Amino acid sequence: MSQVTLIQEINYLLFLAVLAVTVLSCAVYLVFFLYQKNQMRKWARFLLIGSWLLQSGYIITRFISIGHTPITTYHEAVFFFAWATTTAYISFRWRYTVKNFGTFVSVLILGLLLGSAFASREVIPLEPALQSLWLPVHAGISLVAYGFFGLAFCGGLMYLLQERELKSRKLGYFFSRLPSLEALDQLNAHCLAVGFAFLTLGMVSGIFWSKQAWATYWRWNPKEVCSLIIWLIYLVQIHQRFTVGWRGRLAALMIVGGFTLVMITLWLVLN
Amino acid sequence: MSKKHISLIGVNHKSTPLEVREKIALTGGYEEALNRLRNEQVLEFYLLSTCNRVELLWVAEDTVESTPKMQRFLFGEAVVPEQWDGYSYVYRDHEAVNHLFKVAASLDSLVVGEAQILGQIKEAYRYASQFGCTGPLLNKLLHKAFSVAKRIRSETGIGSAAVSISSAAVELARKIFGNLDDKKVLLIGAGEMAELAAEHLLGQGVKGITVANRTLSRAVDLAQRFNGSACSLEEITEQIETVDIIVSSTGSSELIIRSKDVRPLMKIRRNRPLFFIDIAVPRDLDPELNEIDNVFLYDIDDLSQVVEMNRSERDKEAVKAARIVEEETLKFSRWQEGLTITPTISALRAKADEICTSEVSKTLARMELSDSDRQKVEKLAQAITAKMLHNPLRFLKSESCRKGDDSKIDMVRTVFGLENDDADR
Repeated sequence: MSQVTLIQEINYLLFLAVLAVTVLSCAVYLVFFLYQKNQMRKWARFLLIGSWLLQSGYIITRFISIGHTPITTYHEAVFFFAWATTTAYISFRWRYTVKNFGTFVSVLILGLLLGSAFASREVIPLEPALQSLWLPVHAGISLVAYGFFGLAFCGGLMYLLQERELKSRKLGYFFSRLPSLEALDQLNAHCLAVGFAFLTLGMVSGIFWSKQAWATYWRWNPKEVCSLIIWLIYLVQIHQRFTVGWRGRLAALMIVGGFTLVMITLWLVLN
Repeated sequence: MSKKHISLIGVNHKSTPLEVREKIALTGGYEEALNRLRNEQVLEFYLLSTCNRVELLWVAEDTVESTPKMQRFLFGEAVVPEQWDGYSYVYRDHEAVNHLFKVAASLDSLVVGEAQILGQIKEAYRYASQFGCTGPLLNKLLHKAFSVAKRIRSETGIGSAAVSISSAAVELARKIFGNLDDKKVLLIGAGEMAELAAEHLLGQGVKGITVANRTLSRAVDLAQRFNGSACSLEEITEQIETVDIIVSSTGSSELIIRSKDVRPLMKIRRNRPLFFIDIAVPRDLDPELNEIDNVFLYDIDDLSQVVEMNRSERDKEAVKAARIVEEETLKFSRWQEGLTITPTISALRAKADEICTSEVSKTLARMELSDSDRQKVEKLAQAITAKMLHNPLRFLKSESCRKGDDSKIDMVRTVFGLENDDADR
């Protein structure tokens, strides 16, 4: 019994540490954005990687203490979402460097973590029917997809800011601080493609899980309908981009709008 | 005697609308125009014609009489005489020199600091001197103008103003396209700034340049220089399907590319961004182009605004440049004044020497003298003339004569009767 409380203790401390390190990382990223000193960026990245390690630790300890993948309550899902976004960003960083992308992403990650902090950390026992290997597979894959959409959201936002400056022909604060439109557009396309692949896998795994848990593939419950709508929204974007050649401002608007919609439905469904 | 006057008449982008400048600009080349000018009976002349200006510089003893002749030459039938004064500017002497220096140093250019004007002046001068139109005064003046331009370029940062406009274009292109390696440029027309921008883009490693021009041969020439290809103006719309950056600088008074022509092309381009740079005045490109998604349009004013940040820096450079022009103008004026005083002095000396030697030899011919006595008499005569000339020469060399007051030199010449045997000038 004391071992369980110890783990819960560690788990709680890890959560506080995650918050502290992420706040610090985000702050250093913002200072870097203001003054553009490369040394700052290095530190901010270090801190973000540290935050990712702590987040992973938090998820593992919580898994040990509750006995299943911590992905079912609002707090757990949003925390996992933040972790997925951080993972996506760190993995992404290996392939591309997009100037000042970290600043925007770290703000998003911090926002998600704060969202999870304000939710109840109470453990709600899982219905026996849902206890399955499909749970971590389905929820994990879906949230990784959202992580990539989160990155695309940041890229889209940056695109819109930069595009506005270029169109208005009054180059101001963001012009020098944001990367080229082309780089942002590519980032969006990449995140969209990867995110959509994960989302589709998540949908398929959800269908199998539903079959296993409720003996039917599709039940038309609100959560499933919402998932379908989200999938369709991204399907349209993927289709438009890769067949019709949608790009630039309209594509960025769609990405930002789509993600906002995802966040709203998530919030509604999980509450 | 009267002094030679340098005068300058001209039209430029500030004084005269483009439609008028187009009519005045030389079409038959320098040779034909210079030959026509020969009939105007002025001492020396030189003619400059570029897309932004036509200027005529001449030396005459009487500016009042020669100016209307030159105006007639400049405007011909293109403009009614009542408008001549309104469209053109006329400068004399000091002001003319000052203006020429400013033009050569690119302080009077549409894009201050662009370097091409100096080359154009050199070419114009080469024609003028080749056909024997220039003399000692204009030769000296133009060579001086070249060195002033060079001095301003090296001592001030004025040259970077033009460069900064094309580097602003490159910076913008980089913010739109990221990497320029696989981007293609279309150059419409052949303005000096457009070429500069094209050169800058090439320096950034763009994939290729296509040149479109009204006269295809000019397009082919330019394309060869940039290692690109040429096309006619009619093919532009087709070109927009494949190129990414369009730099336009034709002299056309009408829009070359319209928004409604580009809009349908965006679908064919699969919305790949287009960057239009309009360097022409008046504008070549429809301002509404900027309304299309993924199309970015910048004209010369927008680009200037981009480099606005270092504006105060550039103003300082302009002040410095103006100071150099003023300084060099003064130096030249002094030289020109010296040109009239120096011959007067040498003419005076020559006259005195001539009188002295002829009188001495006349007297010595009638006398039997030893060599040493002969030398003494010669020395005596030389001493007397030297003493006699001392004050007049000092008067000529004094500051009061240098101030450009020709009447004093004139008086000395009359008193000593130098009018008839005017020294070679």
